[in-house]
Amino acid sequence: MKQFLEGSHAVAEIVKRCRPGVVSAYPITPQTHIVEDLAQMVSNQELNAQFVNVESEHSAASVVLGGEATGVRSYTATSSQGLLLMAEVVFNIAGMRLPVVMTTANRAISAPINIWNDQQDVMVVRDSGWVLFFAESIQEAVDLHLQAYKLGEDPDVMLPVMVNMDGFILTHGMEAVDMPSQEEVDRYLPAYKTTYKLDVENPLTMGYLADPDYYLEIRYMVQETHTELLSKIPQLAGEFKKTFGRESGGLIQTYRMEDAEQAFVAAGSVCGTIRDAIDELRAKGKKVGLVKIATYRPFPKDAIASSLKNVKEVAVVDKSISLGGFGPFYTDVTSALLSLGAQAPKTSGFILGLGGRDIRVKSILDVYEKLSGKQVDCAFIGLKQELLAETE
Amino acid sequence: MTETLFKPGHTACAGCGQAIAARLVIDAAGKNTMIANNTGCLEVFSTKYPESAWCVPWIHSLFENCAAVASGIESGLKYLGKKDTINVIAQGGDGGTADIGLQALSGMLERGHDVLYVCYDNEAYMNTGIQRSGLTPTTSNTTTTPPGSASFGNPRPKKPMPDIAAAHGIPYVATASVGYPQDIQKKVKKALSIKGPKYIQIHVPCPLGWRHESSQTSEVAKLAVETGLYPIFEYENGQLIPRKIASVKPVEEYLKVQGRFKHLLKDAKGLKEIQAVADYNIKKYQLKAQE
Repeated sequence: MKQFLEGSHAVAEIVKRCRPGVVSAYPITPQTHIVEDLAQMVSNQELNAQFVNVESEHSAASVVLGGEATGVRSYTATSSQGLLLMAEVVFNIAGMRLPVVMTTANRAISAPINIWNDQQDVMVVRDSGWVLFFAESIQEAVDLHLQAYKLGEDPDVMLPVMVNMDGFILTHGMEAVDMPSQEEVDRYLPAYKTTYKLDVENPLTMGYLADPDYYLEIRYMVQETHTELLSKIPQLAGEFKKTFGRESGGLIQTYRMEDAEQAFVAAGSVCGTIRDAIDELRAKGKKVGLVKIATYRPFPKDAIASSLKNVKEVAVVDKSISLGGFGPFYTDVTSALLSLGAQAPKTSGFILGLGGRDIRVKSILDVYEKLSGKQVDCAFIGLKQELLAETE
Repeated sequence: MTETLFKPGHTACAGCGQAIAARLVIDAAGKNTMIANNTGCLEVFSTKYPESAWCVPWIHSLFENCAAVASGIESGLKYLGKKDTINVIAQGGDGGTADIGLQALSGMLERGHDVLYVCYDNEAYMNTGIQRSGLTPTTSNTTTTPPGSASFGNPRPKKPMPDIAAAHGIPYVATASVGYPQDIQKKVKKALSIKGPKYIQIHVPCPLGWRHESSQTSEVAKLAVETGLYPIFEYENGQLIPRKIASVKPVEEYLKVQGRFKHLLKDAKGLKEIQAVADYNIKKYQLKAQE
């Protein structure tokens, strides 16, 4: 049965059904509704978990690291500066192979301080070893949390998974959501069992010092697991579809790409807007489609190259930027397209929506207008020229 | 030698006070104990992959977060219904405790986790090469507080960590010294018998950083106590219980056996300043016998 739910509430509901034993978080807009709901669920005994109210995000991440190290399923959520403060621990959790699940309510980074949505925060921990999922809708955010625990806790994986959902747009938006029942979740996601844990009967040392004789191999093994995930994640999404009847997650998703000559590449909620823009363009006879990045790490380079191999022009839409460089998605997509050699499409990079600037269908059509022009690698869309003139 | 849970073969320096204290702590706590360890000498010399000196479940995450990791372990054990049978210890050096880890420690104490925090206080960042920490004593010569024409060594007194811990209203706080091994073990056992957050700070000489003979660790530690420079006491539910000094020695006796105070011995004014620290401690913590 579908319920009309706020994104944060929907995430809290699915996290509750995943039965984490340790939940820890520090409040930051726009993540707060998720953890407030979880705190109430613990208070009402709807969720049997230790809810640890910490003094910083650094400690929130450290608490779930400790909880997970005792073999207990653990959960945290954050956003923006919170994720940056956590960054040190985020890398540590992945290096220690602890399958924590975290929701990131994507938000802009200071300065200037800005509480609104873009996707800059997650880019700071892009290289940490976490599996990075991006949700397009509230439904997909719900489904990806289930898949996140299922994937991360796989004994052949043992990696943390982050579900990225656009702050406000998804966390505070409302949507009719098909919420899996507790029974369905229990069937899909059994209790977490591992021998890799702190246990007085089998005392392990975790978090060794590894010198140059060992470090390289240990890091290589994380990279190897990510490579294996490139085949595991499509299987995961396939099984999920069989169980729940919905397509959610996977490496990439495509929209109207069958005969596309031009394509957008993007991730997150902006994909919904792009679908609308594509429908408008298709109505005018333009052969244009979308490749949605559902999994950003591991980066699905083959899937992306293969989906774009018959396309002439590609527009990569980034809601973040490596200042002084390019949009992160643009950098990765162009790397993936190198495998196509001379057949590679002309690929341009566009920066949109930083700090919560609205991305409308019109913004996407503006990108489309520029697509057939000269190739650009980092073109900002929607700049207010009058503001730029003022500061000159 | 009785069976220990902290095996020999690790790579600590000869005479390392921290290595001795860490063994005393875990052996007093026993095998039903889990340890979260901050980054620092102890972590480095005891867990170089693929070897470990630890015979109990032991985890190292980062420099400043052992108190938060231990909070997570305690929460996980509570969830599993195992907390009542397993001790959780968080431990780190003075820098990891009083400086970079103070926030995480304060959070752990304030939230009331059933964890014993042990600070091994060797009074500087020894792991990175003897830089000043918040627990470096006044005038001490460290690599970042070198005496010179404009400086007399470390300009600030030790941060009063035990009092800061006690100010959280926790049930048990104690200081100890590796010069008194039985006292350490008695305090660890007492702490672990109490529910809630506990803090023990152990003075552990570092022959390399303090520049004393590696055979003199115990003697140097005792002199710190006997001069009043390292007050040994407990706060049980906030109530001060001092360890009395039978016969108080002048600070010079402690200072002269170490290189880090060498510059001081030539200066009567500096010496007076350090004696004032000892006198203050003796009064504040009621250390003098028969009073």
